[in-house]
Amino acid sequence: MLEQYRICQTTGLRVFQSTENLIKANAVVAVIFLAIGGLFGLSIALTRWKAVHLLPADWFYLALTAHGLDVLVVWIVFFEIAVLYFASSVILGCRIATPRWAWAAFALMLIGALVTNVAVLMGNSSVMFTSYVPLKADPSFYVGIILFAVGTLIACFVFFGTLVIAKQEKTYEGSVPLVTFGATVAAIIAVFTLASGAIILIPTLLWSMGYISHIDTLMYRTVWWGFGHSSQQINVAAHISIWYLISAVVLGAKPLSEKVSRFAFLLYVLFLQLASAHHLLVDPGISSTWKVFNTSYAIYLAVLGSMIHGLTVPGQIEAAQRKKGYNNGMFEWLRKAPWGNPAFSGMFISLILFGFLGGISGVVMGVEQINLIIHNTIYVPGHFHATVVAGTTLAFMAVTYLLVPLIFRRALILPGWAKAQPYLFGLGVAGISVFMMGAGTLGVPRRHWDISQADAILPYDFPGAANLMMGLNGMSAILAALGGFMFIVVVVGSILFGKKIDASTEVPIAPPEDARVVGEYGNEDHPAIPGTIALVGVFFVSFILYYFVNWKYLAEVWPLR
Amino acid sequence: MSVSPPQQKIWWNEPVPKSELIWVIIAFIWGLIMFFAMVWWHIYGEQNLSNESYRITAEDFSAKTEAMVEKYKVREESGYPVVHPPPGEDIYLIARLWQWWPILELEKGQSYRLHLSSLDWMHGFSLQPVNINVQVHPDYEMVLTITPDSAGEFGIICNEYCGIGHHLMLGRMYVVDERGN
Ligand code: HEM
Ligand SMILES: [Cu+2]
Ligand SMILES: [Cu+2]
Repeated sequence: MLEQYRICQTTGLRVFQSTENLIKANAVVAVIFLAIGGLFGLSIALTRWKAVHLLPADWFYLALTAHGLDVLVVWIVFFEIAVLYFASSVILGCRIATPRWAWAAFALMLIGALVTNVAVLMGNSSVMFTSYVPLKADPSFYVGIILFAVGTLIACFVFFGTLVIAKQEKTYEGSVPLVTFGATVAAIIAVFTLASGAIILIPTLLWSMGYISHIDTLMYRTVWWGFGHSSQQINVAAHISIWYLISAVVLGAKPLSEKVSRFAFLLYVLFLQLASAHHLLVDPGISSTWKVFNTSYAIYLAVLGSMIHGLTVPGQIEAAQRKKGYNNGMFEWLRKAPWGNPAFSGMFISLILFGFLGGISGVVMGVEQINLIIHNTIYVPGHFHATVVAGTTLAFMAVTYLLVPLIFRRALILPGWAKAQPYLFGLGVAGISVFMMGAGTLGVPRRHWDISQADAILPYDFPGAANLMMGLNGMSAILAALGGFMFIVVVVGSILFGKKIDASTEVPIAPPEDARVVGEYGNEDHPAIPGTIALVGVFFVSFILYYFVNWKYLAEVWPLR
Repeated sequence: MSVSPPQQKIWWNEPVPKSELIWVIIAFIWGLIMFFAMVWWHIYGEQNLSNESYRITAEDFSAKTEAMVEKYKVREESGYPVVHPPPGEDIYLIARLWQWWPILELEKGQSYRLHLSSLDWMHGFSLQPVNINVQVHPDYEMVLTITPDSAGEFGIICNEYCGIGHHLMLGRMYVVDERGN
């Protein structure tokens, strides 16, 4: 069977018709759920801003449940599936394996997402996306999530199938490209993760229907986080692959060392499966030895992976820019980077915020003892908005600016908006992350409708600074929501009304300036990267300082044994 | 480029650039330091979560708590008993929808064995403004030895979502300078 494909004018990549349609469908659904989930996010941030206090309590908990599910699960996973198809079929220039199964996966995921959303909107399933027992949701809530997970699993296998076909049909030579390698790591972790999800959610469904009488809460949390946390590593592997992808397409950057970058990805597969531990650091019935070993991913080996990417990604950008002649001083390569190209600016902001805000805070709160002063405070959402919003979501937005011309074959409308969007969104998200972390340091709880607790019998007053932080958080949320809104308008608008790009049309955003040439010279002579080394130095010093400051905070707390 | 196969087919034999190698080594050592910091704190640090916990039923935990209240109740406040157990004693705090019961009154600088458990759903013990946060499960009794080193009135907030009354679930703890003050 011969399948139709076209050669992309910009990149020379082979794009098959069925792949193109699948990527379009998955990406469009992802973006729609980002819009819905983002609105819920804005509404809860405004509720937690004392002066606004938008939603009543029951709506707040409903909106919070919907927000977590629609953005963390539906938006991210749908987009990841689009990325997997891109990283296999498009990058390897190979037809997609069993497109019918891929469509079945798409349908299952969409139905699952809708079923769960309806359950949440009915109002009897405000159990948060973690659905800890014995909080009980409507059975359809769990059914929806299970359908979604099954769909995702099928999509992962379509991805693996495509890799096999590409190998057999020899559509590429040698090893798979780094981006595909990273995506494969994401898909492998996804399979493990979804298995944990099934192990815990199927009994929970039966329990909600009355067939099982009791589920142990500690067992639930342990297995659930085997699913819930490991799936965050899928996001990390996916968005780091995208960092490499964007630096290659926009700047023609080439990995400084294939070996080091691949080794760093491999560390994720080997050491991330233990990640549920850092959600259980203050739970009873689990020994400290287990906690210490697992929360550090066995001596921080997965963190090592991320720290390596933190050098290699900016390093390869620097090397590519220096090749182009931006060779003056430490930072000319950075100053003269294509900051007006939203794909690049989004990617670089994602890199910086993920590393400095998300990465450092994540390691610190995962220290067994320090977790005592952070667990379940709003510091936790502060941390993961830096990872999964500033990191993953912004990287996905950035790559969308490449997908629109490449896959949808439309030019971007409103280029001015597109240019400003990553900055505005980045600023807003940095704000919500920092202010939620700040409030959390003052003890403000997460998932909490009203910290002024006017109606409580034994009220407690938070310091004024806590309310200030929550107010600033609300203001940042408005910026972030505005940035999100601009993204949706530009992307949806371009897909619907953008100028069609055909073979004769000129290249879309910034041209990948003689990418191939740079690729050729690449790193044989190991270009020096002093700017990157300086950046990494600043990062490392911040990391160390923040780490020890938190030990200091801990030391001031009541002695505890 | 990252979107095309490695130029060197045998990429795993390429030499690693020096800057990367050094960074990998530094990062690895930093990982070791962070790992052993946790172990070190277990030995020398003052704030470590205990490993002591038991399985317990809601009835048993509630009975133990009530026995303590009976024995050491000193007054009542907003319908809650205030309990002032002697230093060193085992003290009990019930988490249930949606209250922390009873109000404990402790003495500064003294140690107590605090037993925590939930009678129904999961809750989050969050002592403010000290900022100690512990997960409270039903069917598990966790025992922490605490030594309040500041006096005053403290709030106990629930920071694990536990249904529509979650934000109303507040308790209180007093720490007094010496007996009775
Ligand atoms: C306009 C953008 C966004 C704003 C203003 C926003 C704001 C918030 C706020 C205020 C909370 C509640 C914290 C609490 O009370 O516990 C929250 C929770 C959360 N957000 Fe966002 N968010 C945004 C985008 C996102 C995105 C894009 C993602 C995922 C990719 C995300 C993932 C989550 C998750 C997983 C939770 C936790 C829900 C829970 O505790 O069950 N958010 N967000
Ligand atoms: Cu509670
Ligand atoms: Cu609660």
